[in-house]
Amino acid sequence: MKKIFAAALISTASFATALPAMAADYAIDTRGAHASINFKVNHLGYSWLLGRFDTFSGEFSYDKSNPSAAKVAVEIDTKSVNSNHAERDKHIRGNDFLAVDKYPKASFVSDKFESTDGETGKLYGKLTLRGVTKDIVIDVTKVGEGQDPWGGYRAGFEGSTSFLMKDFGIDKDLGPQAASVHMDLHIEGIKQ
Amino acid sequence: MLRNTSQGYGLVAITIHWLVAVVVVGLFAVGLWMIDLSYYSSWYQTAPMWHKSVGLTLFLVMMFRLVWRLMSVQPASPSQHHALEKLGAKLGHGAIYVLLFVIMVSGYLISTADGRPILMFSMIEIPALVTDIPQQEDIAGLVHEYAAWALIIIASGHGLAALKHHFVDKDNTLKRMLKPVK
Repeated sequence: MKKIFAAALISTASFATALPAMAADYAIDTRGAHASINFKVNHLGYSWLLGRFDTFSGEFSYDKSNPSAAKVAVEIDTKSVNSNHAERDKHIRGNDFLAVDKYPKASFVSDKFESTDGETGKLYGKLTLRGVTKDIVIDVTKVGEGQDPWGGYRAGFEGSTSFLMKDFGIDKDLGPQAASVHMDLHIEGIKQ
Repeated sequence: MLRNTSQGYGLVAITIHWLVAVVVVGLFAVGLWMIDLSYYSSWYQTAPMWHKSVGLTLFLVMMFRLVWRLMSVQPASPSQHHALEKLGAKLGHGAIYVLLFVIMVSGYLISTADGRPILMFSMIEIPALVTDIPQQEDIAGLVHEYAAWALIIIASGHGLAALKHHFVDKDNTLKRMLKPVK
């Protein structure tokens, strides 16, 4: 009797864990460049310096009927940092900042998505940057989803987050206003 | 007096030699110092500007030096020098010339990698000519750094060799780079 009960429990559990896999899987459209990983850092307290990572890849799962099961994983090529200034980019790639020779990849992997309406929410996950992994929270807003004109199905989101550079081992002092990096994330996925 | 003779160097060659020596050591020291300046240092913008401007000026001086050298008689190596010393001196001098141009060109390629001109002495725009080498600023940066160290090491050897000739061999190798022979 006990054995049958245990077997029933296991099959129910496996059924339950199988559910999130039914959520739609999307590949981030980096081929068509309908996705951007942008950052901004305050300059001296007077303006914003904007930059981006040109090369990254990732995928996400999202089903509007079950938004809390959403998952995201993104990997960034740190060498691809681009702030539209060669000397600054060289400096950012160097040891004062990203140390890209030692840490060529940065990544974000989500843990959970909290949303009340499925349209906006908080995406919790782990950011790995410069070899340091820390929990961050991304404020996410869904932009839209639906059929595209070429026979595919797309969904897109925007997100923002910020963190202290020194939390990831970047100790270069750019001044008190420049301690945080603000990330602006735009991803569009094509359903696989 | 101005020109070289088969016996020794003329005033032009001597003046340029010492001018370049002082400027190169200065540029190397400033280069090492400025890359570690804090963001709030008042030199953060001006030190690289002077480094680039003086480096570009050095390029013009070196172009003149090369032309002058090609138009001049090269003094014969002092006869008491060993054949290996003569060969070593020739190779060392050649390496110094090549490294100087490698350093100046690579430095230019760092600063102009994104197509922006270099503003020489905050006045004259030196345009970007090459911008499409992959990872141009990173590769040029490494070349610039390693070539600069190589130059300083070889130039130190060059200086020590001159002192050895002067104090150990007691010949006129160093003296003839100090004043023109009459």
